Amino acid sequence: MTDLTRLTAAELAEKLAAREISSVEATQAHLDRIAAVDGDVHAFLHVSDHALETALAIDQRRAAGEQLGELAGVPVAIKDVLATNDMPSTSGSKILEGWLPPYDATVVARLREAGLVPLGKTNMDEFAMGSSTEHSAYGPTHNPWDLARTPGGSGGGSSAAVAAFEAPIALGSDTGGSIRQPAAVTGSVGVKPTYGGVSRYGAIALASSLDQVGPVSRTVLDAGLLHDVIGGHDPLDSTSLTDQWPSMAAAARKGATGDLLKRLRVGVVKELSGADGGFQAGVKQRFDETVAALTAAGAEIVEVAAPSFEYAVAAYYLILPAEASSNLARMDSVRFGLRVKPEGGPVTVERVMSATRDAGFGAEVKRRIILGTYALSAGYYDAYYGSAQKVRTLIQQDFAKAFAQADVLISPAAPTTAFELGSLVNDPLAMYLNDVTTIPANLAGIPGMAIPMGLAPEDGLPVGLQLLAPAREDARLYEAGAAIETLLTDSWGHSLLSQAPALKEVAR
Amino acid sequence: MRTDKLLDFDKAIELYEPVLGFEVHVELNTKTKMFCGCANAFGQGANTNTCPTCLGLPGGLPQVNKKAIESSIRLGLALGCEIAENCRFARKQYFYPDLAKDFQTSQYDEPIAFDGSVTIELDSGREVTVLIERAHMEEDAGKLTHVGGATGRIQGADYSLVDFNRGGVPLVEIVTKIIEGADADAPEVGRAYVAAIRDIVRSLGVSNARMEEGNIRCDANVSLRRRGTTELGTRTETKNVNSLRSVERAVRYEIQRQAAILEAGGTITQETRHWHEDSGTTSAGRPKSDADDYRYFPEPDLVPVAPSREWVEELRATLPEPPAARRTRLREAWGFTKLEFQDVVNGGLLDVVEETVAAGASPADARKWWTGELTRIANAQGVAVETLVTPADVAQLSALIANGDLTDRLARQVLEGVVAGEGSPAEVVEKRGLKVVSDDAALIAAIDEALAAQPDVLAKIKDGKVQAAGAVIGAVMKAMKGQADAARVRELVLERAAQ
Repeated sequence: MTDLTRLTAAELAEKLAAREISSVEATQAHLDRIAAVDGDVHAFLHVSDHALETALAIDQRRAAGEQLGELAGVPVAIKDVLATNDMPSTSGSKILEGWLPPYDATVVARLREAGLVPLGKTNMDEFAMGSSTEHSAYGPTHNPWDLARTPGGSGGGSSAAVAAFEAPIALGSDTGGSIRQPAAVTGSVGVKPTYGGVSRYGAIALASSLDQVGPVSRTVLDAGLLHDVIGGHDPLDSTSLTDQWPSMAAAARKGATGDLLKRLRVGVVKELSGADGGFQAGVKQRFDETVAALTAAGAEIVEVAAPSFEYAVAAYYLILPAEASSNLARMDSVRFGLRVKPEGGPVTVERVMSATRDAGFGAEVKRRIILGTYALSAGYYDAYYGSAQKVRTLIQQDFAKAFAQADVLISPAAPTTAFELGSLVNDPLAMYLNDVTTIPANLAGIPGMAIPMGLAPEDGLPVGLQLLAPAREDARLYEAGAAIETLLTDSWGHSLLSQAPALKEVAR
Repeated sequence: MRTDKLLDFDKAIELYEPVLGFEVHVELNTKTKMFCGCANAFGQGANTNTCPTCLGLPGGLPQVNKKAIESSIRLGLALGCEIAENCRFARKQYFYPDLAKDFQTSQYDEPIAFDGSVTIELDSGREVTVLIERAHMEEDAGKLTHVGGATGRIQGADYSLVDFNRGGVPLVEIVTKIIEGADADAPEVGRAYVAAIRDIVRSLGVSNARMEEGNIRCDANVSLRRRGTTELGTRTETKNVNSLRSVERAVRYEIQRQAAILEAGGTITQETRHWHEDSGTTSAGRPKSDADDYRYFPEPDLVPVAPSREWVEELRATLPEPPAARRTRLREAWGFTKLEFQDVVNGGLLDVVEETVAAGASPADARKWWTGELTRIANAQGVAVETLVTPADVAQLSALIANGDLTDRLARQVLEGVVAGEGSPAEVVEKRGLKVVSDDAALIAAIDEALAAQPDVLAKIKDGKVQAAGAVIGAVMKAMKGQADAARVRELVLERAAQ
């Protein structure tokens, strides 16, 4: 029998629908894989103890002739930022250790409704603050390509899980690149949808105006299939768009088989092209080769300028801490989560809150709460939060001009390949700069995608390509992404992830 | 408790000009909460009307209650305010255990309604126009119960319980501009202003408007300015003054307290103050500086509220007659004296009297029954007067008297029956057999009997001493158990005696 963990979600779905395999088999295969490799990878914070029951129920419904969703029976991993009513949801933080939400995030409810089988909760930087998953309170995740390196972050758990074949697809969340940057450094695919395209209800908020839930996978089609399940209007999220969305999976299929590239105008963002250095040589090389391949395939390449991107990281690191400092205030020990009694002195509610937050938050979270609290302080608001909001408008204007010239924009998805664990963790500025390519999309609310574009010659590690499309044009992103994915995979003769070194499997 | 030194009120007003400002919180009576679908209802178990959003659980998100927006706009319009074309919510951030998210979703620099005014009339007939700075939407906090400790406050309590049923209930906060020139009327201005807000809110039906249940809560700002100077004094904010009388007392108390401090050469501390209903005093709360930093910023989880002008005009068309205008109209229509009308208003009886008049009673009768007998019964039973009988009942009773079917004395018995649930006045008359005896034959029989029993009286009447008839009338009325028209009896007595 084929190794079911090597199949894509689309392939699993096909075999499930044809009843060649059962969901129990598919689920068991992934649980076995988790048991065999996750000791080294540490992609999961919690593995579901009832995934097989869920799978069995799906199998029975299918056997009874029920019409099921396309991904029914396919296992899925869920980033720990999302509330699940049957598994602890900690957002990678000690302050929420063991917290079992009384409700499901809308996206999780939609997964269950569609018959997907949650395998467990994936590791992440605490409250999604970080680019390496090293800021998780529960220890780092390791990159399946090289266990000494980070899988990116904050959603390193989800990207490592799919890259290590522990799950075919996963949910992530992207505030400044937390889906796309981990995808880039693990050779997987990740999509940040248009802001408002996917419900945030039940996603533990980092920065409300930037957060967006999205799919993590090994192929563009799989991401599209998962996007179709989780996307669409949710009345519980006031910022949720009421658009009728086209099928992203259909767009991906169209892109993979059509001749889109012959008509595609591809914009290369000057400020994100590595022209002025700042990108690892192998990243720059693979990006230039991809541009050449696109040209050869008939695409029109145009260089576009986005002068305001210069201020993107600075604006982001004002808006994010400001909103995060507010969103995390509720972690106060009163209603849920950790409660720590202060040592010595009177036990007042203020001192309990203070002791709890001191013990429960990690250093990076504290750093950003302090930054954000300062940025919102009276007298500083206009200079910091106010100015940063103006930068957002400028960046939106840059994108509007760029998309007048190009259908999609491309850039490397991350400036470097996976860096070594511990190498940047004490250098927050260098860590923050990891998101220089991904942040503009969050500030502007537009959709972005990362797909593999080869291995860097100097270290043999995956390099990611980022695609960006105008707001609400997620389908365009899937169509173009699938077309480029097909172009590159065909040129290699295999998928990039098939080249990942084998992980040591421990016997169960 | 430390007793504050107070300066004589008249002396205080002679030396200082009181400057007032009020923040009135109105709890809206929407079916659901401001930002989630939980019931806006009380009386069930603690924390039963809660969800991830109003409990501030990680991942919870707010959704705006459209009905609350509608109520806020109607209230804003009734206060003569402009309605914002576009306004945002903001987060007011501070840590407190009754605040689920540790920020209150409120409005900051973009209130839904602004620049209005309310004109109030004092007992003296003086009119005062209070300018409204803004009316903004926000959510209520949960309710804390402090267990143990002496004061019932959080300090010293063994533990505290939080009930989030109230958390997220929609409020409109109405903020006045500073009110100057009230002088000795300042305490009355406070009472009359809050009463006016209560009447407006009640007429709109946007709140249950019961101050005693906290549906309307008033914070009273008071400062003193020495006569002849222009600079505003330091203010105090007395929180949660929750009856009209208390507003008046609290303003008066603060004027006297602050004047005593200033006269002794002291300075006023800018602070909140607690109001003590029992002693009629205030005590220091927490220091409040203008620099309190709530780190407001626009609520990113909500989109701006942008009521269309069409909608605003539709809502304007639904506004009831302003309470003050209505009072003037009714007083003139009913021909009441000022005192009579105030009786009705102060008793909260305007609606029922109006309905009773509409049901056919004369205004004088309607007023007499509602402010008299019915209020007496209600007070004795400790219930709201309007729950005793319907305006239609009172109108019917009034008609029965006018027809001569009932005397006033009988009518009171009928009313008791109606209150006791025996039916409409006509039904009670029927069941209890209380109708006036208008059958002359029965009366004549009783009169003849009485005259025969008192021959000396008959003789006196025959002598022309008609006042002697009283004794006979009394006997007849007694025999008739009061169910006779005394005037008719008198006529018949004189008639029979003459025969």
